[in-house]
Amino acid sequence: MSHPTSAAAEPVSFYQLEEHAHPEGHSTMLGFWIYLMSDCLIFSILFACYAVLGGSYAAGPAPKDLFDLPLVALNTAMLLFSSITYGFAVLQMQQGRVRGTQLWLAVTALFGAAFLGIELYEFHHLIEIGATPQRSAFLSSFFTLVGTHGLHVTFGIVWLVTLMVQLGRHGLIAANRRRVMCLSMFWHFLDVIWIGVFTIVYLLGVLR
Amino acid sequence: MTPDPHGEQAAGGHAEIEMPHASMRDYAIGFLLSAVLTAIPFWLVMTRPLEAGATAAIIMVFAVAQIIVHMVYFLHMTPKAEGGWSLTSLVFTIIILAIALAGSLWVMHHLNTNMMPMPHDMSQLP
Repeated sequence: MSHPTSAAAEPVSFYQLEEHAHPEGHSTMLGFWIYLMSDCLIFSILFACYAVLGGSYAAGPAPKDLFDLPLVALNTAMLLFSSITYGFAVLQMQQGRVRGTQLWLAVTALFGAAFLGIELYEFHHLIEIGATPQRSAFLSSFFTLVGTHGLHVTFGIVWLVTLMVQLGRHGLIAANRRRVMCLSMFWHFLDVIWIGVFTIVYLLGVLR
Repeated sequence: MTPDPHGEQAAGGHAEIEMPHASMRDYAIGFLLSAVLTAIPFWLVMTRPLEAGATAAIIMVFAVAQIIVHMVYFLHMTPKAEGGWSLTSLVFTIIILAIALAGSLWVMHHLNTNMMPMPHDMSQLP
């Protein structure tokens, strides 16, 4: 202790007997961040699988034969647009506008749905031409990694719709503001994962 | 009361829930940087002005740069966010991620190179 004289006057306490007040949700943002980090670990394993198996074609099609880069670029643009429109929703929320927040959340959901639609179109096309997950280790790891990301986007859209309903019913109460910020982290995090996907899976795959 | 190692946390509870403050300027800068950092790698791979090895190295650097841009301008990461715990957990995650990726590649590469050559027809094995 830095003040031995004052410490001698009072007994040193190493823990608190009285619980101090914690406002509701004070640790939600950090907790949600730690959830995102754990999600990041799931993706790190899927990326590792793809990195190991991505060259095992089993005499099947290679990335060069399968991937349509203009389509992937369009998909990337959709996700990037949805990131900035989510930012507009957060800005509207900070100005206390419920309708504006809902509107930009709806625009974000539309861009997310466009992303998902393009991805499903790509998957459908791949399966149509025989490049199914069963075809080779490369395709198994490709569908697992990209599909898991797509599943996250799907749940993000479900959450967006839920949040729009919540905002309509209760307005910008503290709980809803917290939810908007959590979904903001989730949505931007999905875009971060997509940077890894389009770089490692699509661009490096076509280069290989 | 003795000087408390936990600072104001133990003293009087938490008055206001901490929320990152976003600004139009941040989102605009983040969006423009991301657009440029996405467009250049796609252009490099689609038109191939450079050889494959150099292109691969450049697009990896661009991906890392764009991830940092997203962290700073969209996710509002600062070293001080949540009293430093956000950054701590991020650093931990990056370490695990690096071990998982580098370790898998390293181990599997050695397994592949040390693998005994196998005949294509497995029934000929003794």
